[in-house]
Amino acid sequence: MSAVATEPERGLDRPAAARGPRKRWTRFVLPGYVTAFILYLCFPIFIIILFSFNQTRGGFGTSPRVKTTWLGFTGEWYSRLFELPDLTASLRHSLTVAFASALAATVLGTLLGLALARHRFRGRGTSDFVIFLSISAPEIVLGAALASFFVSLGLPRGLGTLILSHTMFSIAFVTVTVRARAAGLDPSLEAAAMDLGAGPATAFVKVTLPLLAPGILAGFLLAFALSMDDFVISQFTQGPATMFPTWVFGSTRVGIPPHVFAFATIIFVTGATLALALALAQRRRRA
Amino acid sequence: MLWLLLLFIIPMFAMASLSLQTGSSLEGFQQTFRFANFTDAISANAEFVFRSLRNGAIVTVVALLLAYPVAYWIAFYGGRFKTVFLFVLLLPFFISFVIRTVAWSFILSDDGIVLGTLKSIGLLPDSYHVLGTTVAVIAGITYNLVPFTILPLYVSLEQIDPRLVEAAKDLYASRWQAFRKVVFPLSLPGVFAAVLLTSIPAIGDYVNAAVLGGFAPGTSMVGNVIQTEFLRNRDYPEGAALAFVLMALMVVGAVIYARLLGTERITEG
Repeated sequence: MSAVATEPERGLDRPAAARGPRKRWTRFVLPGYVTAFILYLCFPIFIIILFSFNQTRGGFGTSPRVKTTWLGFTGEWYSRLFELPDLTASLRHSLTVAFASALAATVLGTLLGLALARHRFRGRGTSDFVIFLSISAPEIVLGAALASFFVSLGLPRGLGTLILSHTMFSIAFVTVTVRARAAGLDPSLEAAAMDLGAGPATAFVKVTLPLLAPGILAGFLLAFALSMDDFVISQFTQGPATMFPTWVFGSTRVGIPPHVFAFATIIFVTGATLALALALAQRRRRA
Repeated sequence: MLWLLLLFIIPMFAMASLSLQTGSSLEGFQQTFRFANFTDAISANAEFVFRSLRNGAIVTVVALLLAYPVAYWIAFYGGRFKTVFLFVLLLPFFISFVIRTVAWSFILSDDGIVLGTLKSIGLLPDSYHVLGTTVAVIAGITYNLVPFTILPLYVSLEQIDPRLVEAAKDLYASRWQAFRKVVFPLSLPGVFAAVLLTSIPAIGDYVNAAVLGGFAPGTSMVGNVIQTEFLRNRDYPEGAALAFVLMALMVVGAVIYARLLGTERITEG
């Protein structure tokens, strides 16, 4: 793939270079811009990590708030991570909901993805369109719809409704991921297993499932990450149980405790490292 | 196959039904099929609907202008490092977008690193501020959505055979002509997808208006109204009607897109 792609690219550069040194500075415009753009995208991350080490000057009795100016380096917030019970509880809620909803969405999304990739059935086009809608609908509409649903049923909002809602918006993403993997799968492999005496269930568990595994894992991780990050749908369906992002949003009015930035830094480093490790592992397997 | 229906269509029906009810949160709501709820909701919030549409349009244009060169460069000149670049572009997603928005409110605060520095060297008057203005809200939404602008652009640009550009140059097209007549028209499906994926969430956003606009007069968007009606005033019919209008707008956009290009391009990734 890369061998094919790089060959003509060298050709692309040739006419520009042939035009002589007068035009040469323009070669740096685009790469320079891309670098500046990436710095802009990552600037808030840098600020969050930096300010998680910032000192605060708080009065006695009130919990500390992050200051907008740099007051000096401290590792204090990392040693006092679990100091705020509400924040810790909201993180626990977020992790619980992310895990439960990702699990549910993975099971349901895998089945749906397989069906869409394998079978032509009535309503296939409609399900296609519904998946497309639920991926591209504004989150506030999904949130308002789910809140309407729970209000109409008179269902009290809490962790249960959160898990249900997060499962709902994750299914479409798992479906798309698994379907992409299933589309590249040779159906004759399953047929071969059945020719060799495996029942349909055995063929599915021993042949199809292992081949789909990377897609399923990717779908699960995507669903988990989306759920952890989600704010809008959580705010509409949470009731009294706050999640990590909604707790942070609620505290913006009085000021953010520095523990939030410390947690964000830890989540960022863990997530990025995990994603990098997975990508590298996949590349090694392919090579 | 019905889960998706259960979990997506039924809540939508619940919202549609709620949007036609009358009553109050204390006495309860009755279904009265009052379609005037829609006209009431829109005329009462015309200002916010208009501001959301305008902000959405500005964000989409700015994000496209910012994103296109980046997607173009990575697609044509990224070489072996394409995936590395994409990974870097997705790095911000490892931090919750609420916290990223809060970080911008730090960066742009009156005595923060940007404005504070510029003020201390005298480039800006002391009274100058960005937070609490529409500029801050638009900048915040653009920042949050620009990765969603880049990805579809990149996907469509990456599929263009670079030999086409060479062929154009062999036929004496300048770099600019080759771009305008060959690359750009071929990337149009990506541009449409990017417009859809940027404008819809931009119109529905309310976090940036809350955190960066700080509910200053003239910054709130229709999303803030929906959120307030649902979660504070508990005037569900009005909130549901407004959300339904947003949904309708989005469906119109999606149908146009599907007619032009088909949904499989997106759902099959």
